[in-house]
Amino acid sequence: MSDAPATLLDLKDVNVFYGAIHALRGVSLEVRQGEVVTLIGANGAGKTTTLAAICGLLKPRSGEIRYGGESIVGAAAHTLVGRGLVMAPEGRGIFPALTVQENLLLGAYSRRDKPGIARDLQRGFDIFPRLAERRSQKGGTLSGGEQQMLAIARALMAQPRLLLLDEPSLGLAPLVVQTIFATVDAINREGVTILLVEQNAHVALKHSHRAYVLESGQIQFSGASAALRNDPRVKAAYLGEGT
Amino acid sequence: MLPLLETSDLATRLLQQCANGVAKGSVYALVAVGYTRVYGVLQLINFAHSDVYMLGAYFSYYPAKWLGYMPEGAEKPKVPFYVLGLAFLFAVSACAATGMLIERLAYRPLRNASRLSALITAIGVSILLQNVGQMVFGADPKSFPRYMDQESVALGPIAVADTSLVIIVVAAAMVGALHLFVQRTRTGAAMRACSHDMRTAGLMGVNVNATVSLTFALGSAMAAVGGMLIAMDQPRLTPTMGLLAGLKAFVAAVLGGIGSIPGAALGGLLLGVAESMVGAWNTTYADAVAFVVLVVVLLVKPSGILGKSGREKV
Ligand SMILES: Nc1ncnc2c1ncn2[C@@H]1O[C@H](COP(=O)(O)OP(=O)(O)OP(=O)(O)O)[C@@H](O)[C@H]1O
Ligand SMILES: [Mg+2]
Repeated sequence: MSDAPATLLDLKDVNVFYGAIHALRGVSLEVRQGEVVTLIGANGAGKTTTLAAICGLLKPRSGEIRYGGESIVGAAAHTLVGRGLVMAPEGRGIFPALTVQENLLLGAYSRRDKPGIARDLQRGFDIFPRLAERRSQKGGTLSGGEQQMLAIARALMAQPRLLLLDEPSLGLAPLVVQTIFATVDAINREGVTILLVEQNAHVALKHSHRAYVLESGQIQFSGASAALRNDPRVKAAYLGEGT
Repeated sequence: MLPLLETSDLATRLLQQCANGVAKGSVYALVAVGYTRVYGVLQLINFAHSDVYMLGAYFSYYPAKWLGYMPEGAEKPKVPFYVLGLAFLFAVSACAATGMLIERLAYRPLRNASRLSALITAIGVSILLQNVGQMVFGADPKSFPRYMDQESVALGPIAVADTSLVIIVVAAAMVGALHLFVQRTRTGAAMRACSHDMRTAGLMGVNVNATVSLTFALGSAMAAVGGMLIAMDQPRLTPTMGLLAGLKAFVAAVLGGIGSIPGAALGGLLLGVAESMVGAWNTTYADAVAFVVLVVVLLVKPSGILGKSGREKV
């Protein structure tokens, strides 16, 4: 692996606290250009906290976070969007009082190129035709699956270089999960690097190149996703198979 | 406020009171939109908003008085319209700046504190502004110079003061423009997004602090226009003039449905008309109408007429 692609995101020994709660305990991880990397772990392991620290919603107490080679610790979330660091948050974060189209256009808030925005809007509708049918409907009236489609399409409107996805499969029927992950694969093939947080380890390991396993705020182990699918520790704890 | 036409016809009198009420209510609406937008974004009743309205009255009064000086003995001296325009611009920009400053200094440090702390701070800012007003402007009532003939315009069977017509037209234009801005523009969409969920709005690339600032600037500008219109119509400016007007505008915002601009407009108009009706029957009860309305709304439909229940912040 001497000609491995450049590192896009690099966390070194990151510690995050909520008051007295030590939520991330020295987390280090790396995402290289073009990869899909997944972060799996149980409820409360610190997955969302990790993403929040990366995208500027939380400031780590110590440690280093580098994106494209530059430190982004302390940068406000809205300034990172224009640099291609885009998050589709847990729970989808759809604005219920805004229409589907308004939600999508808000995703392009940091952009000024009108023709490009129009093109990407159309692309979003091509990827998820259901959104096109519902473009003037209020976001709050969409089903859970449609909201997740909207969340992903909206994140794409920002032209991400690195896309952070927080539990896109949460609460969705298996068929919809398939649709969503087929899209994740397609987005990655177009060159977008993805950091995927999931509780559904089964799906996550199938649709990623590498994986990190997080427990109680610490990375327990990591490796190639294909290998981890057969790892007895993962099988026992995250794939629901006895050892 | 206005002389009634000599008529015994009840319908005409009611219509006349309606017209008076609409003028009154237009000013409530102008002030109410500020309460409603700020509450929508920060879940904060910005008590200082009523004092920004008071400042708007003074900030338009002084330029009009100084620039609009008329030579002695001029017949029916009036402030020329360009002076009114300058007074308007000054009041609007000075109040917008004041509103932004209040947010920056008093509310932003409490953005993540309990809403009660912010509320108490808002009351403190309000008292501070009133006292500064007493010091700077003096407690003696001031009166805005004449700018119109103050004649009645006959509209069918009723008569409406020309100054009231100005109030209605200006207020409708301002509130309408604000509504279009919030509903139709990119920045307006960002404001609506912030009022649902600031964190997620930030993830869209929206500069939340700038958006909150803008919310205060716009709301304060509207209050300034309300203050100026009242100053031009009712010749008594005092540093505490915001107290009652602000309270009524707040009731108008709750009545219409807090968070909603059309709601604030509707609430303002309804309250103004109700007050005028009651006032025609017994003037001492007119001021009580707002409080009765507040209690009834909170009991019957706390989300207001146009408000959506369950649109609380997540
Ligand atoms: N705002 C907060 N204040 C205090 N503690 C918090 C806060 N947010 C998260 N925590 C705590 O930090 C830990 C990590 O939470 P986090 O949300 O990152 O977990 P997660 O791995 O995303 O879980 P889930 O799979 O349930 O989404 C948990 O113990 C949680 O209780
Ligand atoms: Mg989570």
